[in-house]
Amino acid sequence: MVGNVHLYDIDNIDTDRIIPGKYTKTLDMSTFANHCLEDLDPDFKNKVQQGDILVGGWNFGCGSSREQAPIALKVSGISIVIARSFSRIFYRNAINIGLPILEIPEHNISNDSRLLIELESGKVVDGNTKYSSTPLPQIMIDILNAGGLVSYLKNHKTYSL
Amino acid sequence: MGQTITEKILSTHAGHDVKAGELTIVDVDSAMASDTTAPLALKAFKEMGGVKPWNPEKTIFVIDHAAPAPNERIANLHKQMREFAKRTHSILYDEGSGICHQIMVEEEHVKPGQLVIGADSHSVTYGALGAFSTGVGSTDLAAIMLTGKTWLKVPESIQIILNGKPNPGITAKDIILEIVGRIGLNGATYKSLEYSGTTLNTLSLGDRMTIANMAVEMGGKSGLFETTGLKLPYDFEPVLPDPDAEYSQSIIIDVSTIRPKIAKPHSPDNICDIDDVIGTKIDMAFIGTCTNGRLEDLQLASSIMKGKQLAPNVRMLITPASRNILNQAMADGTMNVLSEAGATFIPPGCGPCVGTHLGIPGNDDVILSTANRNFPGRMGNPNSNVFLASPAVVAASALTGVITDPKENK
Repeated sequence: MVGNVHLYDIDNIDTDRIIPGKYTKTLDMSTFANHCLEDLDPDFKNKVQQGDILVGGWNFGCGSSREQAPIALKVSGISIVIARSFSRIFYRNAINIGLPILEIPEHNISNDSRLLIELESGKVVDGNTKYSSTPLPQIMIDILNAGGLVSYLKNHKTYSL
Repeated sequence: MGQTITEKILSTHAGHDVKAGELTIVDVDSAMASDTTAPLALKAFKEMGGVKPWNPEKTIFVIDHAAPAPNERIANLHKQMREFAKRTHSILYDEGSGICHQIMVEEEHVKPGQLVIGADSHSVTYGALGAFSTGVGSTDLAAIMLTGKTWLKVPESIQIILNGKPNPGITAKDIILEIVGRIGLNGATYKSLEYSGTTLNTLSLGDRMTIANMAVEMGGKSGLFETTGLKLPYDFEPVLPDPDAEYSQSIIIDVSTIRPKIAKPHSPDNICDIDDVIGTKIDMAFIGTCTNGRLEDLQLASSIMKGKQLAPNVRMLITPASRNILNQAMADGTMNVLSEAGATFIPPGCGPCVGTHLGIPGNDDVILSTANRNFPGRMGNPNSNVFLASPAVVAASALTGVITDPKENK
């Protein structure tokens, strides 16, 4: 997996900044894409392309439980989110909707980085530098491999660890 | 080794003993979703093949985040929720009933020792009752509606020992802002906070809800009180940790030293003593939310504002946290005092806290609010500045037009 990097190495990018609360009350996914990250970077929606990679700082996705936040990133075209750390609910929500995320606490990724990502192993290659992400628990790998929690439960009917 | 409250509750709901760090599947006692999260949850539930929730009497929907509906799009989402609840005999609280978390406690959908999951991050509020509760997103909630279960990593716990008696004018909000300032926005991520100490004997259910509510502002998975000193209208088994429970960290706080606290823009952990910001001009005062919209909060404001008027150029919004609270505030004269002082009452619900409608601030407006969050754009305008404080500070400041120590206002 290769894609352009959008680096926002800012701590505590909360769900209100990913998708403001005033745009969350809809099932029209294009609304989420139109307003994704607009208070942080009004130009984001014009820059982002299908398959791009978003890179954040510590505690990415803190705040509300709105699943609209990872959905907004996904429908904007983001194929994977890398952050130094994630808030708990955002982490679950992203996996549940089938948006891969990788936690890499220490990195020097820049906007010019061309990242080569091996999702299965969680390895990220940036030129001559290699990073290893924090491993996901098996149940999250299973949910991600199924394409998200909806498909996982359609197939499995219940959870298994 | 003994168990924390978190380990005890998760063990009873897993059906076997679990320890911090383990992954486990647990039975859920009640599941809740609001009008922000229910529409996506119902969509996911249908896609999973769900028809009827595992237990309709334990599946609770609350129309509170954008209620009454500000536009036709949201009105139709509300309609979907009503139709689903009616068809499946699930429980629905319609517009004007109040904020989901207040209703869950008032209507006894959560009790001490239970495990309750809500599709709203402030579902941690039920920790006030000694229940394990946490927030999830819509798809996780849909999965609970389908299976009655969820999976969790058993969190480590941070023990917070509150000792002493707060000074007059110091509220539970000042205590929790002190704690958020110490722990920080990320300091309790993946962890539970467990509250104990001598102060618990003086903390009401409402006080505990204010404190438990903001666990998520530290990244916490839950914020649990032991039930020492808790009074409820029904009998319950005490919820206590084992004396030899293991905590990742213990913090002792002498609440008698706490000054009124303020969270400055734009983060709930940007905490200072009120002394650092006294005199800051405000445009809007807001009392309400799941943190501080209870009767005792409104009564505290009324005791400060009785017979007085809002400062010129200050507007004040009040959202009682539930219809029950609104009715009591009407019956005991609290609402009269506040309305005569110039406050505008908004129907019970989340109101302007989430920036959807009913009081969006203008550019450069300064808002002093009793809410739990002040992230940029939280109230609907990224060019406004939100300060968080206790109802006493908000009421005293509404009278002067500048941030004011309630002690100066007597």
